[in-house]
Amino acid sequence: MLRESATFDRATIADIQRAAETGIYDIRGGGAKRRVPHFDDLLFLGASMSRYPLEGYRERCDTDVVLGDRNASYPLHLSTPVTIAGMSFGALSGRAKEALGRGASEVGTSTTTGDGGMTPEERGQSKHLVYQYLPSRYGMNPDHLRMADAIEIVLGQGAKPGGGGMLLGQKITERVAGMRTLPMGVDQRSACRHPDWTGPDDLEIKIRELREITDWEKPVYVKIGASRTYYDVKLAAKAGADVIVLDGMQGGTAATQDVFIEHVGIPTLAALPQAVQALQEEGLHRHVQLVVSGGIRNGADLAKCMALGADAVAIGTAALIALGDNAPHLDEEYRKLGSAAGFYDDWQAGRDPAGITTQDPELADRLDPVVGGRRLANFIRVMTMEAQVIARACGKAHLHSLEPEDLVALSIEAAAMARVPLAGTSWIPGQPL
Amino acid sequence: MAALSTPLDVHEPNSTTEAVVDLSVSDVRQLNAALHAPDVAEKVPSWRVTHPDGRHSIAVGLDAEVSVEIDGHVGYYCAGMNKSATVTVHGNAGVGVAENMMSGTVRVRGNASQSAGATAHGGLLVVEGSAAARCGISMKGVDIVVGGDVGHMSAFMGQAGRLVVCGDAGDALGDSLYEARIYVQGSVKSLGADCIEKEMRAEHLAELAELLAAAGMSADPAGFRRYGSARQLYNFHVDNASAY
Ligand SMILES: Cc1cc2nc3c(=O)[nH]c(=O)nc-3n(C[C@H](O)[C@H](O)[C@H](O)COP(=O)(O)O)c2cc1C
Repeated sequence: MLRESATFDRATIADIQRAAETGIYDIRGGGAKRRVPHFDDLLFLGASMSRYPLEGYRERCDTDVVLGDRNASYPLHLSTPVTIAGMSFGALSGRAKEALGRGASEVGTSTTTGDGGMTPEERGQSKHLVYQYLPSRYGMNPDHLRMADAIEIVLGQGAKPGGGGMLLGQKITERVAGMRTLPMGVDQRSACRHPDWTGPDDLEIKIRELREITDWEKPVYVKIGASRTYYDVKLAAKAGADVIVLDGMQGGTAATQDVFIEHVGIPTLAALPQAVQALQEEGLHRHVQLVVSGGIRNGADLAKCMALGADAVAIGTAALIALGDNAPHLDEEYRKLGSAAGFYDDWQAGRDPAGITTQDPELADRLDPVVGGRRLANFIRVMTMEAQVIARACGKAHLHSLEPEDLVALSIEAAAMARVPLAGTSWIPGQPL
Repeated sequence: MAALSTPLDVHEPNSTTEAVVDLSVSDVRQLNAALHAPDVAEKVPSWRVTHPDGRHSIAVGLDAEVSVEIDGHVGYYCAGMNKSATVTVHGNAGVGVAENMMSGTVRVRGNASQSAGATAHGGLLVVEGSAAARCGISMKGVDIVVGGDVGHMSAFMGQAGRLVVCGDAGDALGDSLYEARIYVQGSVKSLGADCIEKEMRAEHLAELAELLAAAGMSADPAGFRRYGSARQLYNFHVDNASAY
């Protein structure tokens, strides 16, 4: 009888062998693969005697959300709280960016640029476009800033809090290189700190500068990777952020060291209540909106985020899957790359058979942005309707009316993190009975 | 926090030549809003700002052929993201002067703090005094001419453009440099990872002479040395791991 070691399991052995052979760490796309306490560990308490539900299909359950109305003269008013997370042109093909814009616009939500600047494809197709302001400042220019609907200052990502961007040489084609002012084919490792500010006092001045440049028209978001979330959210809100984007450790990335993805940062579930507490203590909850991302997959995740106090969610990986990533019909091609449908995460490599995470024109041509956009719109509609089903069952006429009181946890860990009782008990670990 | 709505108190002693904004009376928001007016270049091409007193974000996001003379010291991000305009600071500048400039000219008559010209894509930044650390960090095409010294980590990750230092450079000059070119007349305390001294050829002497002339500096190009990327770190190789 062969017995696999729990410590030296096959994946660990393969990692050691790979490291010994190549002399370099593993870089991949996607998010943390290990199991961490997540929204699956929470359940809703549907209405019964003490609460009454709303009629599905008959009684309204609204889903719209306003983002960034604290200072900006033009806040974003979205029809659904499911937004598209920032993913760079470079990591994704131009057509994939276009498809994201089409899908988001069809359902009245926003999409976001990424670490490579703004492309005409996505600006053209995106009704609401958030323009990221990253440490690298690739392609950053004031015209695009003025063309954007909101500005997102990126401090970090959940997949790699404390890490900079990475785009390997295969994807630095002429167009990508031109937009980023880089030589073609270099391995691009962008900075992890902003070049002209450090710390919350500087951030406040930086936010004001961006507002001045854009005449106080646009909401300014601050995106943080979940780690010391309570403090980071407080500092970002005090520095003047209109919206805080909180990305948990399960959040996807286009290219990051596996060790970083798996071992740095905290789960989305653990971070979200800390962020809400921080905002509440500042009297800013619901005034500074909270957008949560990192492993959001369906309407249940959406509803749970809303119940815990988020104003909206952002999706990256799920959006790519909706476009056609990891599609079963490509299984044979994934296998040729040493992977399989359902497992493919080499988004850094640029050889994506689905034509999404690539700059190869032939591969990119496989993605029809109109079809992809429609699939994404379908998916976001389903997510939204699923969340409405849950909200109505909890008697809520707006997704934002969901509350922690509607939730219980399935595990002690999740109860402690989410700060809701363990199912069937009134016990919230860490809080007085 | 929102912008003040009182009208800008602009003194136009001679409206065909120069508008004067006194920041002890008006605020930065009013100044920038006026400088962003779509017809500003035709209506009021010349501006003078008095009593800047270290305020931040003065004359940011300009996108017109106007000239702005600032009488005194400015805080962070003066002339940030400048396009087309000519901004002169008759004093010292705080962090990130002309950050992400696209075009135009920014001149600091005194010294500049950290991150002068950070990530700037184009135009000319002249610092007549010295610039502190990270001058030209992540520069993406701008030309920067510094009359005095620059601090450590200058031109860090510089992607394109040219940095000219008439005095000395601090530690780790040009660390992780891409294609930006650096000229230094004085001493270099140390070079950063992947930055090396390169041969000064005729074309370099010529471009340096042009830059010095554009900046109004009298230094002799022949006294400068050139530094650039060794391009060893462009693609990861395990043998270079210790350089990171
Ligand atoms: C292909 C890809 C590219 C990404 N590029 C960026 C980026 O340029 N800037 C950024 O802030 N986050 C980037 N992210 C992270 C997403 O914005 C988001 O935080 C994450 O995908 C959310 O988690 P999820 O993938 O589980 O939905 C990227 C993610 C992916 C999957």
